[in-house]
Amino acid sequence: MLRLRDVVQRSVPPRNSPLYSGLWQRAGYKTQPGPQVTEQPGLKRFGTAEATVQTGAGHPCRMREKTLTMASLSPQVKAVEYAVRGPIVIRAGDIEKRLQQHLLDVSPSWERDPSSVALPEVSPMFPFKLWVFSGSVSLYDGGKESFTEVIKANIGDAHAMGQQPITFLRQVVALCCYPELLQSPSFPEDAKQRAQHILQGCGGQSLGSYSASQGVECIRQHVAEFITERDQSVPSDWNNIYLTSGASDGIMSILKLLVSGEGSGRTGVLIPIPQYPLYSAALSELDAVHIHYYLDEDSCWALDIEELQRAYLSAKQLCTPRALCIINPGNPTGQVQSKKCIEEVLHFAYEENLFVMADEVYQDNVYSADCHFYSFKKVLYEMGPEYFNNVELVSFHSTSKGYTGECGFRGGYMEVLNMDPQVKEQLVKLLSVRLCPPVPGQAAMDVIVNPPREHEPSYAQFIKEKSSVLDVLAQKARLTEQILNSVPGIKCNPVQGAMYAFPRIFIPPRAIQEAKARSMAPDMLYCLKLLEETGICVIPGSGFGQREGTYHFRMTILPSPEKLTVLLGKLKEFHLRFLEKYSQEGAQSSSLHREERAH
Amino acid sequence: MSATRMQLLSPRNVRLLSRGRNELLAGAGPRVCSLTSPPLSSSSPGRALSSLSATRRGLPKEKMSENGVLPRAKVLTIDSMNPTVKKMEYAVRGPIVQRALELERELSEGMKKPFVEVIKANIGDAHAMGQQPITFFRQVLALCSYPELLNESSFPEDAKSRARRILQSCGGNSMGSYSASQGIESVRQDVARYIERRDGGVPCDPDNIFLTTGASDGIVTMLKLLVCGKGETRTGVMISIPQYPLYSAALAELAAVQVNYYLNEEKCWSMDLSELQRSLDEARRHCNPRALCVINPGNPTGQVQSRQCIEDVIRFAAKERLFLMADEVYQDNVYAEGCQFHSFKKVLFDMGPEYSDIVELASFHSTSKCYMGECGFRGGYMEIINLDEEVRAQLTKLLSVRLCPPVPGQALMDLVVNPPQIGEPSYDKFIKERSATLSVLAEKAKLTEQVLNTVKGISCNPVQGAMYSFPRISIPEKAIKEATDKGQQADMFYCMKLLEETGICLVPGSGFGQRDGTYHFRMTILPSTDKLKILLNKVKEFHQKFTEQYS
Repeated sequence: MLRLRDVVQRSVPPRNSPLYSGLWQRAGYKTQPGPQVTEQPGLKRFGTAEATVQTGAGHPCRMREKTLTMASLSPQVKAVEYAVRGPIVIRAGDIEKRLQQHLLDVSPSWERDPSSVALPEVSPMFPFKLWVFSGSVSLYDGGKESFTEVIKANIGDAHAMGQQPITFLRQVVALCCYPELLQSPSFPEDAKQRAQHILQGCGGQSLGSYSASQGVECIRQHVAEFITERDQSVPSDWNNIYLTSGASDGIMSILKLLVSGEGSGRTGVLIPIPQYPLYSAALSELDAVHIHYYLDEDSCWALDIEELQRAYLSAKQLCTPRALCIINPGNPTGQVQSKKCIEEVLHFAYEENLFVMADEVYQDNVYSADCHFYSFKKVLYEMGPEYFNNVELVSFHSTSKGYTGECGFRGGYMEVLNMDPQVKEQLVKLLSVRLCPPVPGQAAMDVIVNPPREHEPSYAQFIKEKSSVLDVLAQKARLTEQILNSVPGIKCNPVQGAMYAFPRIFIPPRAIQEAKARSMAPDMLYCLKLLEETGICVIPGSGFGQREGTYHFRMTILPSPEKLTVLLGKLKEFHLRFLEKYSQEGAQSSSLHREERAH
Repeated sequence: MSATRMQLLSPRNVRLLSRGRNELLAGAGPRVCSLTSPPLSSSSPGRALSSLSATRRGLPKEKMSENGVLPRAKVLTIDSMNPTVKKMEYAVRGPIVQRALELERELSEGMKKPFVEVIKANIGDAHAMGQQPITFFRQVLALCSYPELLNESSFPEDAKSRARRILQSCGGNSMGSYSASQGIESVRQDVARYIERRDGGVPCDPDNIFLTTGASDGIVTMLKLLVCGKGETRTGVMISIPQYPLYSAALAELAAVQVNYYLNEEKCWSMDLSELQRSLDEARRHCNPRALCVINPGNPTGQVQSRQCIEDVIRFAAKERLFLMADEVYQDNVYAEGCQFHSFKKVLFDMGPEYSDIVELASFHSTSKCYMGECGFRGGYMEIINLDEEVRAQLTKLLSVRLCPPVPGQALMDLVVNPPQIGEPSYDKFIKERSATLSVLAEKAKLTEQVLNTVKGISCNPVQGAMYSFPRISIPEKAIKEATDKGQQADMFYCMKLLEETGICLVPGSGFGQRDGTYHFRMTILPSTDKLKILLNKVKEFHQKFTEQYS
């Protein structure tokens, strides 16, 4: 990964051009000669001096160190990484902005002015992997591909990709926001009834009141009923339901509770590799030990129990493994776990006394005909009371995925099983400091767990919208897998569920060398080039974790089928060009190439 | 509660487990501990594996006693949980509030109580107390939620144009998209223009604006950045006493050192420079104080700081090199004559580049207070000035992990900073609603102060601003003793009794901090005027009875 500074340095015209001086400043460069920056051992600072260079010269205070600098920043914050919104995305945003301003045609002048190639000192404190610019090598040497739009396939943001909201959900939220609409004949009765029910659960019947910190009571009850129905009558107690700000918030809160101890007593948390980087970021922030267990790419990213044991046992000597995180259906890997696998995981957790965190936000996103979503809760129940009454399990859901894709509302819930009652009190206290999850998000969650029923007026439209979203997603999942697997040097497991493909890509040794020379992960180089040449924004596998020596990227399947077809076509062309460019020399690399193809 | 709850974090000695493999994933950051496997796990300890697989398919191991009563130990217990979370306290939703909820339930189940309803004056939750939302805001939110309504003639044009503008800034024109982690760009621009207007033209850069999930989120985020060091170098953060307990809770969670400075109750809870200096000097002996938090108008104390005082504080922060955090969520809630809200930003810039070029300042605002009281939407923003550029990148990264603040809250924040203008169809109604809310609040502020000061043994500073009064109460020795015997703070004992006997829910001063030997409670002025009168009279009666009973 690289940092903003480097993105800016390689992509923006000379820093004294008035148009871009702002950007340069944002990246921490001087726009004019400023006072000398004092150097500290091992750390070059950029912030202090140039922040003030524009305001005049010679004030004595100007030289002083800021209170909050990289050197004095929280080390936990420094350690956090989050690729899904990392430098690639920042760069994509810049390109997008310039496309809108019709500036892309000035690209030849981006070739860097050799005089400005003074390399930034590499700060060892910076979290992103740096890529040091080497001489005149430019990303623009890959041909003169031009594009007219940036296609963001980096984040599971369905509405931004054109997916339409579910009408019923939005009707209910609108009614809650502006209850005068309850008089309007243009809203169906079932929507009005839902809205009234939600408002009755709100203080002063307003969405503007704080809710209880665990969430609006009647919504928690609806969640419990939903879970019972989903899990074919496995009991669910609404007192175990906590509404959250998206699933991330819930995951973070539970991890917070779990982290304690020092040295070898420090809490370790098992997370899959590849993982959704929220987990690694949260663990870094909490200063917990990351324990990686690798998903089996050769068996469609299945969770292998022996690998789990290996990871657990090797970690046990160094820390205290206390929790196990599973993402099912998988993000970024798209696999759907079998019932047997879930049983094994739960049995393992029981045996080793691990707290289980099941991230089930993609529970409605299952596409393969032979796959089925099993909730951890239901499987645990079926394993019998000894398990069901003992294994501490928290499962997470959200409004952001599924068929609703309502990311912006930040709605979600978690169900907490077998948690120590005293700890539960602590959880409530922890949640209460943030007062409450956003109430509109809670309302959206309510609609998801309490959708129109068969006899209600909105049912037909609701079902139509829901299945159309899910059908299109299933179709795109297949399309993505097919096309990607038609490209030599790309191998993609079936996208059984969730919203992502995580194909393995072959990167020629020469490209790896070039990436190394730039202190960049090879798949980062690949993705950056892809972005620069085609406008397609995907996230390198290194942001999610992968076995050493393998390379991947994550792309969402969310663009419309037409756009997705274009995207996949461009990707294919790019990959072939990339292979060709970097495989030109020598038999060695081409034989490796063939080997990879055979693989 | 002893107001000085200083914690020194024992040095953490976390082993660096990263083996340098998968660096990009595990991060080469200094504190990341990670365990990664060899590329292919052929060398994994098979011996241990087999011992495990012996039980893999079989029944669970016998871990219970014969009669099956002894439960197995939980992974997560009160003893094994995160100690910093345990240390957090948050009185505004503490035991009194839990009890109030129970009482409410008991009442609804028909249990006999000496009161017919529970009146919650514990939290600044305006709508729950019957305050009506601003129509215009809710119209726009409904339009954004369900854009089909843009075709309805019943919505005014200005509401529609605001909604269209907000939707155009959302991905796919939907509030359901993630926004940028820093917040929607057009909203940040509107916030910047609002601040410029508010501060008489002091420039504001939209890049310095970060939208947040209520102000709390922004405050915790900034504190997160600031906390580092161990032992004597551990970050200390100066907070006022009394304070809003979000601060103490966040500092406990982050294991930072809480550095208390006392507000001067005799001078209407004003900030006292010598007290700031005393507090800082004492703290410097055992920690590294790096930030100073100020709440203006004050929560729970309701004072509005003078311009002179703010200048002094800024000078102090500049001299002592403290990061300033100005909690200004009550900026529209100023009632007392002669009082005026001065933003730290404006005062800072009026003091000239000598200060405005160097003092690092974060100021916070929210949709939850003022005349709108939209707590449930969790909207807010912070403006950060003079932040180190690299730290800014770190901040953006930290925010991005949480993806984005709730978009409906961002939309609402946009409306607060860009309300109907003169000449627009909704202007008159908006002004009418806003001034009605604010004038009622001013009236209730006065009423509360007056009535409380008629009670012997209660003395209440003027409620100049915000939404609370924080009167001092005298508690008889006998009551203090009884509380101590029960292991309770005396004012907790008082408030609990008040709740049980009258159904009034207040928060004891010990939850906010107070000088040793003094007792207070915080009550909101939010109940409707009629209800507030009843409440105040009940408090009066209760206090007299309580004093009598324990004298």
